[in-house]
Amino acid sequence: MLVIKDLHAKINDKEILKGINLEVKPGEVHAIMGPNGSGKSTLASVLTGRELVEVTHGSVTFNGKNVLEMPAEIRSREGIFLSFQYPVEIPGVSMVNFMKAAVNEHRKYRNLEPLSASDFLKLLRERKELVEIDSALTNRSVNEGFSGGEKKKNEIFQMAMLEPKLSILDETDSGLDIDALRVVANGVNKLKTAENATIVITHYQRLLDYIVPDFVHILYNGRIVKSAGKELALELEEKGYDWIKNGN
Amino acid sequence: MSKTATLNIKDEMVNLYLNNLDLISEGSSSLMNHHREEAIQNFRILGIPTLKNEKYKYSKIESVFSNEYEKYFAPKHITFKVDDIFRCDIPELDTHLALVLNGFYMPNPNRLQVMENGVVIGSMIDAAAKYPHLFEKYYNAQAENGSDGLVALNTAFAQDGVFIYVPKGAVCTKPIQVINLLMAEENLLVQYRNLIIMEESSQANVLICDHSLSPKRFVSNVVTEIIVEANAQLEFVKMQNEHNDSTQLTHTYTKQERDSKLITNVLSLHGGFIRNNLYMQLAGEGADAHAYGLYLTDRTQHTDNYTFIDHAVPNCTSNELYKGILDEQATGAFNGRILVRRDAQKTQAYQSNNNLLLTPDAKIRTKPQLEIYADDVKCSHGATVGQIDYEALFYMRARGIGEREAKLLLMFGFTHEVVKQISIESLRERIDDMVNKRLRGELSRCHSCPMNCC
Repeated sequence: MLVIKDLHAKINDKEILKGINLEVKPGEVHAIMGPNGSGKSTLASVLTGRELVEVTHGSVTFNGKNVLEMPAEIRSREGIFLSFQYPVEIPGVSMVNFMKAAVNEHRKYRNLEPLSASDFLKLLRERKELVEIDSALTNRSVNEGFSGGEKKKNEIFQMAMLEPKLSILDETDSGLDIDALRVVANGVNKLKTAENATIVITHYQRLLDYIVPDFVHILYNGRIVKSAGKELALELEEKGYDWIKNGN
Repeated sequence: MSKTATLNIKDEMVNLYLNNLDLISEGSSSLMNHHREEAIQNFRILGIPTLKNEKYKYSKIESVFSNEYEKYFAPKHITFKVDDIFRCDIPELDTHLALVLNGFYMPNPNRLQVMENGVVIGSMIDAAAKYPHLFEKYYNAQAENGSDGLVALNTAFAQDGVFIYVPKGAVCTKPIQVINLLMAEENLLVQYRNLIIMEESSQANVLICDHSLSPKRFVSNVVTEIIVEANAQLEFVKMQNEHNDSTQLTHTYTKQERDSKLITNVLSLHGGFIRNNLYMQLAGEGADAHAYGLYLTDRTQHTDNYTFIDHAVPNCTSNELYKGILDEQATGAFNGRILVRRDAQKTQAYQSNNNLLLTPDAKIRTKPQLEIYADDVKCSHGATVGQIDYEALFYMRARGIGEREAKLLLMFGFTHEVVKQISIESLRERIDDMVNKRLRGELSRCHSCPMNCC
């Protein structure tokens, strides 16, 4: 599904990613862990098409298509979803209008008719229930005045609406209390199928108790320095990042 | 040298007045004629405002008048039915309708409609004849003929316009809609006058729609006086939707008595050159004023809003929000003055002006002005000039929304803060729709008008 080969990228002339290799197959959950500044969020930015990041070398393909040549909106319509570390507040744009525009752009891309108002509202209701978000949130402007937890839940709600093939959760656990964490993780687990895949980017092992990964990769200094099964996360939690930094 | 080059605009206007005084008076009402002489004297002193005038610093009014314009002193007979060429774009709205063509009230079906509850909608000329006591009390009572040459010019020339009267205690449930149409075979200067009287404890919604229907240059110089008596409530929505060769110079004066509520909403959707002056006087304690405005401009359009909110007495509130989006080489200005007089304690006055510039060439000048002479008040003002938020744009694109659509959603969200203040739901939805069309560039001509004039 997703194949990353020797990916190098820089921001403002500073090289952040120094040769990433990663392959994600349908049905898999990958966790990418690493200390601050290791390049985790930059990797998420490259995958979703943020223009601040410049790719200098390597390739990224998604179901055989060159991702790096696609603008952000096409990546989304192809099925790549990013749950933002810092979801953006958009005053004046209601969640309903925002999601209606997004869902219909996705449908248009697949040559489907736009959803009727009633079908759309039905979908909205279903997905709200699925991810257990407060009904009132969709009546408000996008993320405006939302608490940290509400913003993250809203990301998972959007994921539920768009049904991506590959979801990238960028530090989705940061700033969440244990109850919100459980809601977010439940949402992700409910959306999991044999056809879709998830990349969980996180500092801490905590989230991985709820979203159990098939593979754990440790990113350090722009490279994946260790890959193993879910037990790696526990080992990392026990030994700390110094274990990695000290050259193991 | 031609005659126009040697005479300046002021002399030209004064001569026009003197040469046509008989026609002007004949086609109007004696109660309006009564004010002309003094007004033309004022105009003789004041002339057309220039850039040296602090209030008109950002709008070259003189250049508007450098073209030749026809002036009609009697309604032109028209050989078409307005309904055939103009369809209101707010169709589902059930309103009391008034039509004004080139500044003259159109019989629709009568020149004066009197409703069951005593509400009167009609022509200024006929209203003056029928309700002289109201005219004597309110006509030209607020307009500042002594300080603004354009207002004096209007008072000297205005012959007709719309009269709305809502008597004591009457509640006008249907909105009153006034459609101002400009249509002529030649360039035209129109000057008309509106008067809205809301007596004690009355309620009404008034919607004014301005349109240009033929591809000629138009200048409208319009004065509207509004009086809102104790406990009365008025919502006044003005929608400006004219082509690029049109100029609108509007002067709206409002006066509010005790515990009254007034909402004004000026929506400048389209127009070549627009200058709106709004003077709101809070004259009775407990009065509540809301002034909203939205301007959407592109190409070389220019929109300038000047507002003056006068807190003359204690315990009044005012809330002002003007927002604008400027595209291409458009220019604009917002000058919002709030005066809190010495005894106007416990005043609450809030003002905000936000602007979005879509190109490096678009320009806005914003000037909040707060003058406070009382010491126990709550006042704030703020002005912002910004661009489309890149972070918000990326967030929307990351959800699959294309850049153009994402920008439109952002702009629409920006404008909605003003539009959502309109209380009538069907009207609010229609205006949202028109704003949406405007932002998409689909409001490029005047609705069903067969002439592709803008």
